[in-house]
Amino acid sequence: MGAVFALLIALGLVIFVYIGAGVIGFKALFAVVFPYAAFFIFLGGIIYRIIEWAKVPVPFRIVTTCGQQKSLKWVKRSRLESPFNNFEVALRMALEVLAFRSLFRNLRAELKGPNLLYGSSKWLWLGAIAFHYCFLIILIRHLRFFTYPVPEFLGIIEQVDGFLHVGIPHFYITDGVILAALSYLLLRRLADAKLRYISLASDFLPLFLIFGLVLSGILMRNFFKVDIVQVKEFTMGLVHFSPKVPDVGVIFYIHLTFLCALMAYFPFSKLVHMAGVFFSPTRNLANNSRAKRHEPAPWWQKPKFKTYCEWQEEFKEVLEQSGQPIDEDCYKKEAK
Amino acid sequence: MHDAGKVIPGIIIFVVFVTLPFWWNVGKAVPKVEVELPKEYTSCVEDKSFMIREHMKLLDNWRNEVVRNGYGVYVNSKGQTFHMKFQEGCMKCHSSKERFCDRCHNFVAVKPYCWNCHISPEEKKGWATKKSNVETFSKQPASHH
Repeated sequence: MGAVFALLIALGLVIFVYIGAGVIGFKALFAVVFPYAAFFIFLGGIIYRIIEWAKVPVPFRIVTTCGQQKSLKWVKRSRLESPFNNFEVALRMALEVLAFRSLFRNLRAELKGPNLLYGSSKWLWLGAIAFHYCFLIILIRHLRFFTYPVPEFLGIIEQVDGFLHVGIPHFYITDGVILAALSYLLLRRLADAKLRYISLASDFLPLFLIFGLVLSGILMRNFFKVDIVQVKEFTMGLVHFSPKVPDVGVIFYIHLTFLCALMAYFPFSKLVHMAGVFFSPTRNLANNSRAKRHEPAPWWQKPKFKTYCEWQEEFKEVLEQSGQPIDEDCYKKEAK
Repeated sequence: MHDAGKVIPGIIIFVVFVTLPFWWNVGKAVPKVEVELPKEYTSCVEDKSFMIREHMKLLDNWRNEVVRNGYGVYVNSKGQTFHMKFQEGCMKCHSSKERFCDRCHNFVAVKPYCWNCHISPEEKKGWATKKSNVETFSKQPASHH
């Protein structure tokens, strides 16, 4: 159900652009208003999310560890699995962000007859890492539309990426890999009944938006073709704050609007894990609560204790009336 | 806000990184592209907008026709015929690589490998006057893949 809803939104977006930019020809809206608006929603939204997260106190060290913590000298410890200081935390975070270490530990549980079997399952990790790195390379490649003269390293990336020389212009390897990875990530949610059950529209929508973005990009580059010089004049205009609306095919506007939708949706969706990964207290803390006393929560106040003497003072009359013994020591101390 | 010492630099790094295309171009003029069109001819083998978008495909098809199937004749959408020739065809009208091809290609950072085999009109001019063009001559042309 969620998948259908998300797919309808993505398809509706295409129809919206096709009518808006293609049929009615309201190109300035799609070329100027939407990109700037989406970019500022993206930027502002993520900063807002970061500040909101940073306001939340994390009073306890809730590190998820999976290795021996620092203990006695002769006990071998695991620096990455149970980091003790900030340097080790940084290493652990770097592995998490750059290599998706926790996904690599993904397990799959299966019932085989009476036995519950656990096995390593790397497919999710492979799909995720292929997708993310391809997306990064594609993003970097697009810098050629925002720089002039174009830096040399972008040319090298492009040469390597188009190394196979399939078609004219060359089909990029990353384009093929990201399509495969996205298909896997989508089918994974659809094929497995358990995963389908826990998947929501908000899990599918980012997938469909990125799918639409990638597909429209490939179609534009390798099949429908647009006047790329006009496109670059437009993108250079965007970064110079004087955009010139390009008179190019509607496929370009579909590609651009998918990007705008993705940017505007970013801070409010699961995609914001890009910033959120740095704020997960199970990963970004050092497991040193046995060695160091950490500041209690900011709302923690020293509780007011009532001593026996104070209590006796409060109920002195009642105690005397009912013939209870009075602890004279309380008064002796005072007398001293 | 907690850990402001780490969060604020993080936000700054994020903002600088994301707005990089804007910083990169601060103080630079908006680049303009103008190609020099041939004066004595008014139309190409196909109309302008088709040529702008599809010339690479057209040239690729021509190359395959010529290299794999022998010399060919191109019939355009209006029924006119043209010999599939690059140096003696395309470059006859578009007589400068630098002022025609390179203008757009450099602008969008496209590096076509036409010139691995073909000689640009500029190079050709130099050819007759150069004393030793042995070096150029002995260069093995790249294959047509």
